[in-house]
Amino acid sequence: MKSFFALLTAALLTFPVHANEAAPLADDPAVEQRLVNIAEELRCLVCQNESLAGSQADLAKDLRREVRGLIKSGKSDAEVKDFLVSRYGDFVLYRPQVKPTTYALWAGPFILLIVAVAALINFLRRRSRQSAETPLSDAERQRAENLLKENQP
Amino acid sequence: MNRFLLPLGIFVVLVALLAVGLNLNPREVPSPLVGKPAPDFTVPQLNAVDKTFSPKEMLGKVWLFNVWASWCVSCREEHPVIVEYAKAGKLPVVVGLNYKDKREDGLRWISRFGDPYLLSAFDADGRIGIDYGVYGVPETYLIDKAGVIRFKQIGPITPEVLEKKILPLVQELNK
Repeated sequence: MKSFFALLTAALLTFPVHANEAAPLADDPAVEQRLVNIAEELRCLVCQNESLAGSQADLAKDLRREVRGLIKSGKSDAEVKDFLVSRYGDFVLYRPQVKPTTYALWAGPFILLIVAVAALINFLRRRSRQSAETPLSDAERQRAENLLKENQP
Repeated sequence: MNRFLLPLGIFVVLVALLAVGLNLNPREVPSPLVGKPAPDFTVPQLNAVDKTFSPKEMLGKVWLFNVWASWCVSCREEHPVIVEYAKAGKLPVVVGLNYKDKREDGLRWISRFGDPYLLSAFDADGRIGIDYGVYGVPETYLIDKAGVIRFKQIGPITPEVLEKKILPLVQELNK
């Protein structure tokens, strides 16, 4: 038991150390906050499932440095994003822009949903019409009753 | 019969879409720079510290801009291809960009594996790489006489890429 607690304490002690490892020394917290806000919306091209804010790839560090510079020189968030899009393409944006090439991307899921709902309504209507149109025959009713009786204790 | 045809059709379409998706290389992100003027810069050369290079000097020529680094593993695969084709006189002028490297490492690499470049520009902090949208070395740009980027190869140049894409395009641009 004692060793278990020792282990637990050790685990708790080591965790925060790990989490703090990558924290950069921010000389200007406001710039740093904007950097994080922008970088979280951008994809790191080296590790494509990481954001620019979270990636430790060399390129991500360079790009963060570049974005920091742009922020300090008074560029707006949109201008900073344009800077990266003009070099790396729309792929860097996690939230794609709405424009003719992305209409299908934005509208696609809703079109699929409408089609699916229409198909469901159609199916339900047809089924209720079918069951209303063809009532059970006497023989079928008899068989159903027998089956129900069989299951009774 | 008709009942199964529709789901089967949807299934086939889905499989086709997934098959295409799986065969795309996610690392190849189409560059927005193709069709645009090559970004300008002026940096020291790798071989001669006191000399600089700027893409403007290449106006009027069709040329290849090859981004490489001594720490880049795929460059070792690519380099012999460039050396071989350059020796055979099949390539247009090739300018190197030694990307985020140490000068002595870059020089050692060239003396060890051969120097097919007219010269190599030296991009110590990777700033030029950012302007060119470099995210995975090696990358190569084909730039035309007007200084417009016409083609970008992401990853190593292979004889197939040269024969099928780059060289025909070079011929066309030289007309």
